[in-house]
Amino acid sequence: MTGRTGLLAGTRTLLYKEVLRFWKVGFQTVAAPVLTAVLYLLIFGHALEDHVKVYGTVGYTSFLIPGLVMMSVLQNAFANSSSSLIQSKISGNLVFLLLSPLSHWAWFLAYVGASVVRGTVVGAGVLLVTMWFAPLSLAQPAWVVFFVLAGAAMVGALGLLAGLWAEKFDQIAAFQNFIIMPMTFLSGVFYSVGTLPRFWHGVSHLNPFFYVIDGFRHGFFGVSDVSPWTSLAVVSGSLLAVWALCLHLLRIGYKIRH
Amino acid sequence: MTAISFQNVSKTYRSSGREVRALGGVSFDIEAGEFFGLLGPNGAGKTTLISILAGLSSASGGRVSVHGHDVVADYAAARRSLGIVPQELVFDPFFSVRESLVIQSGYFGIRKNDQWIDELLHHLGLADKAHANMRQLSGGMKRRVLVAQALVHRPPVIVLDEPTAGVDVELRQTLWHFVARLNKEGHTVLLTTHYLEEAEALCGRIAMLKQGRVVALDRTSALLAGTASTMMRFKLDTPLPPSLAAQARVTGRIVQVTAHDPAEVEHVLATLRAAGCRPEDLEIGRADLEDVFLEIMRGDARAEEGAAP
Repeated sequence: MTGRTGLLAGTRTLLYKEVLRFWKVGFQTVAAPVLTAVLYLLIFGHALEDHVKVYGTVGYTSFLIPGLVMMSVLQNAFANSSSSLIQSKISGNLVFLLLSPLSHWAWFLAYVGASVVRGTVVGAGVLLVTMWFAPLSLAQPAWVVFFVLAGAAMVGALGLLAGLWAEKFDQIAAFQNFIIMPMTFLSGVFYSVGTLPRFWHGVSHLNPFFYVIDGFRHGFFGVSDVSPWTSLAVVSGSLLAVWALCLHLLRIGYKIRH
Repeated sequence: MTAISFQNVSKTYRSSGREVRALGGVSFDIEAGEFFGLLGPNGAGKTTLISILAGLSSASGGRVSVHGHDVVADYAAARRSLGIVPQELVFDPFFSVRESLVIQSGYFGIRKNDQWIDELLHHLGLADKAHANMRQLSGGMKRRVLVAQALVHRPPVIVLDEPTAGVDVELRQTLWHFVARLNKEGHTVLLTTHYLEEAEALCGRIAMLKQGRVVALDRTSALLAGTASTMMRFKLDTPLPPSLAAQARVTGRIVQVTAHDPAEVEHVLATLRAAGCRPEDLEIGRADLEDVFLEIMRGDARAEEGAAP
């Protein structure tokens, strides 16, 4: 067995294990977030459908659907890597991975890969259930695919960072509730940032999640608050920065090897 | 051929603002095919040394290699040669026994490993638990799975870090039978244990650690022969005479006193008689590894006291 073959097989095994882990509790990890997104759609859609039009012609419920899909993708991609790592750290079974010959690249690819899989599965579930509630076009599908994968991969790596840093569940919950959740909610899931006052409009443009959601919406409607190319550049830059930090911390064994 | 080599391994870390030395220049080699025991009291540095060997911790200085592979620079090859049974009873609650073993094989790049997994399950008495979830297993069964997980990649070197702590007699027998067989087949075994009778029965060579330093390193037979060869054991209801108390080990009513020759046995008995003590159930036998261990630990402490300014 060559080293490369071993690395690939090892990475594939860890990816398989991480996917199997969330799939075994699919009711909690897939069905529940889909239901939550549908409830958001029903409540906000019902309250605002007749009062709000976005980009001139897009109905509010139609506008809301891609936002909810991407919100679900991001939150679940984060939850997957962060919860898996912190559970393994606290229960001590991370030792099985630490004793293996897997490199930091293998850890990274598998954990982030599983986050992308869960984010995409939940996002697809939300889309499949919500698309019947309002007319939805798919103007430029390549943007949809790119921003789903890039958004999930960026937040999956953020989850990995949180999992490495945290020493207890409380800290993961704080990371999720005080950083990921506000960044998601304030990124234009429920509104177009173009309608915000000047100050908050500017603040929104500092949030990388805004570009993920805006670029993703562009794929559906062909219009967005900023150019999808700008979103692509910001998201790619953020992605690479998070990945680089994540790989560095994994390589030095930050808080996992002493 | 050297299976494991520790060369001047040191480990210091900061705790509550002060520098703690866990290991201070530990050096010894374990040859391929040996059954080697690593003994020492709690806090001696045994688990720290195993952690550095396993890559769970990094050494502050020195070098550790497994079959010639440096555990830092060439960690993948070193870990492929090592099967480590961790001290803590850990498991992944999401998976069954077989799934855990298939996944662990995969981490080592081994995909079709069913035949060896079946063999491991059979030899460790886990065959009927293969599809049980890890959460459903008793502590002893979980320990067996840990052993199986350490062996899925057929490592030439097996490290058991206190594997029988708190497990029942049946598992201890099963485990030692299996590990002894692996050793006979050529695997190198490094064992840390608190059960000194286990080390005496199984290990051909032993290193004793105290406060991060090797205080004894020899063949088990040489260690047993080289120290007090006689041990007096008796029960006593009255306090020991002060002149004997310093050299005795007292557990409740049971007193154990080392004696190097028949004259010393006579002297102990005379001292007891003179003090009005009436020893019951007196036995005189060979010192075992526990006696050797305690004598070395005590001797080392006395040497330290003597060296203190």
